[in-house]
Amino acid sequence: MGDAVRVQGLTKSYGELNAVGGIDFSVPPGRVFAFLGPNGAGKTTTVEILEGLRKRTKGEVEVLGLDPWTQGRALHHRIGVIPQEFRFFDKITPAESVQYYARLFEKPADVEALLARVELSDKANARFDTLSGGQKQKLGLALALVNDPEVCFLDEPTTGLDPHARRAIWEVIRMLKADHRTVFLTTHYLEEAQLLADQVAIIHQGRIIASGPPDAIIRQYGRRERLVVQGSSALAEKLRASLDLPVRAQDGRIEIAFREKADIFRVLDAIEKSGLPWSGFATQSDTLEDVFVSLVGKMDEGVLKPAGVA
Amino acid sequence: MNPKRISADFQVFAKNYVRNPVALFFSLIFPLILIGMFGFIFSGSSGPVTVYTENLDHNSNVSRAFLSALNTSNAVRISVVPPVTGGNGTAAFGSWLASNGDTVGLVIPDGFARAYQTGNSTTLTVYTDPQDASGSGIALGAVSGVANGFNLQAAHGRPIVTATTANVGSQVFKYIDYLVPGLIGFTILTSPMFAMVDISSSYRKDHIFRELSLTPLTKGEWLTAKILWYILLTIVTALLMLAVGTLAFGAHVGLTVEVLPFFILGPFFFVSLGMIAGSVAKTPESAAVIGNVVTFPMMFLSGTFFPVSGFPPFLQTIAHALPLYYVIDGMNQAILFHNYGATFVADLLVILALCIVAFVGAILLFKWRDE
Ligand SMILES: Nc1ncnc2c1ncn2[C@@H]1O[C@H](COP(=O)(O)OP(=O)(O)OP(=O)(O)O)[C@@H](O)[C@H]1O
Ligand SMILES: [Mg+2]
Repeated sequence: MGDAVRVQGLTKSYGELNAVGGIDFSVPPGRVFAFLGPNGAGKTTTVEILEGLRKRTKGEVEVLGLDPWTQGRALHHRIGVIPQEFRFFDKITPAESVQYYARLFEKPADVEALLARVELSDKANARFDTLSGGQKQKLGLALALVNDPEVCFLDEPTTGLDPHARRAIWEVIRMLKADHRTVFLTTHYLEEAQLLADQVAIIHQGRIIASGPPDAIIRQYGRRERLVVQGSSALAEKLRASLDLPVRAQDGRIEIAFREKADIFRVLDAIEKSGLPWSGFATQSDTLEDVFVSLVGKMDEGVLKPAGVA
Repeated sequence: MNPKRISADFQVFAKNYVRNPVALFFSLIFPLILIGMFGFIFSGSSGPVTVYTENLDHNSNVSRAFLSALNTSNAVRISVVPPVTGGNGTAAFGSWLASNGDTVGLVIPDGFARAYQTGNSTTLTVYTDPQDASGSGIALGAVSGVANGFNLQAAHGRPIVTATTANVGSQVFKYIDYLVPGLIGFTILTSPMFAMVDISSSYRKDHIFRELSLTPLTKGEWLTAKILWYILLTIVTALLMLAVGTLAFGAHVGLTVEVLPFFILGPFFFVSLGMIAGSVAKTPESAAVIGNVVTFPMMFLSGTFFPVSGFPPFLQTIAHALPLYYVIDGMNQAILFHNYGATFVADLLVILALCIVAFVGAILLFKWRDE
């Protein structure tokens, strides 16, 4: 089976502005793909091109083997979409909205089950203009699922949701994945991407600066695993002198990067021998968020150049 | 065009509409307020025009025959008042009419019968009131008409041209009679136009068009659902307005099935036109401006508040260029004149052609998604 989403040399310009500047990626079917990037990076532009809502300037785009712009009608039967900032008819309730979509798609819908799945049952009969921001988002997700889509495009589905509601959405994404659906997710919550995604791509100023499975990206761009203790700068000096490992100290917090497990015992030994007070011993590794912040920071400073990472 | 999807969209739109009290107020209550307001203002000039008559010809047979001929014209009702100041009352009668608030009067001079019998000339005086132009006109017309008949008879002439009473002539239309179809036309124009201009920009702003473009619903189906809704709304408001017009103000409007095509084609056209106006605009503000520019001339010049036949010729020419004119004229033919001849058919064909052009134009012009 071919890729669910295939993008090659995609470019989108708004007049002078190159919002997307020639990107390539593909998403195999049944995977969760997280598309990450700072504000204005070009995520929504890309997603909307994939959904057939925007016309691309250049490049090849295929979703389920169809061209989203020219074959949108066929495609829309097979995909589900939550736009960024979902809005709907003011006086229509979630139950009525789901029923409406079911009739448009000519699909039987279990309204109650679908609303329960996105944890919106208690507001099934409340009018849209009385829903909170998070509840509106949940309705958007419910509507995206009405047609039992093969690919779901979720543009910041959890933005503005409370931690509990966010977990409910994660659960829906996990269920979609278990059901072999493809999910294309954009989010500013990096822990969400790290938790859910099989693949991520980080886009910055319209170019992809890193892509691959989250672990691989962390390994490639992240710092080494570190030991952290609370202690004075005198302790840091002693450790620097006695160990051949990089030691950083700031605000009473000392970080020692280690190469192998055995290094941990040498560090503990050196701390003990120093005779100085210490506390709060722990190990720490980079998260996707650390990598993201550092990569985007380096890009902004011009240290790194965008590379077509596979 | 899939009827199931049209029906699904129709239902959601209708629910959203009726749950919005402001929209409902404007579409149902406002037309009734309009008809009530105009009905009260102009109900004074309703009915056959009462003509207060001073018969200074000593109740002669000829003068009585003249007055009863006037009465049978149906246009005026003669009310004979005793001579105010003895024999020569003309000036005094004028002030009497004014002080009584009675607008139109007639004086039959002394010697009227003799003049008729001997073939001498005599003059009838009709008092008219500039503030009641239509009543005065009707009275003057009726008096001249009967006088002409008497002249011919006196000269033993045979009339060459006679007026036989057809539908239009047999009934004297009051202002309220024109007002009912006029205000129905006003509603057919304003209610969908303003709504569609607003919808076209607010749906774009709220990304609702984009949301809908991701479903199997087509633009044609969506627009059809809006048209069906406004047809329903038009029929309901029109029936309410007809009821208020006839029951409260005694309008002579007869509901006939032939008016139905205009209750259908009218909203059909103005929903499409509203969508075109909203779509050619780049911003919500300019959409409102374009909507108003298109709507305002039609609001006043299509026979809404005044019958077009009473306009000066150049305004009539303009009126004939306005689509709403054909809707209102068609409704007049159907519910006032009951005349289904060439004019009726022409009105119908014009508005039908406009509907097709506007519907296709609207679908081509309005965009679901950014191109
Ligand atoms: N319709 C438009 N016309 C002109 N410029 C646009 C348009 N839409 C987006 N842009 C610009 O394109 C760039 C990318 O925007 P996009 O919405 O794709 O960003 P994003 O990655 O989704 O950001 P966010 O995280 O804030 O949602 C931005 O600089 C934005 O200002
Ligand atoms: Mg975005």
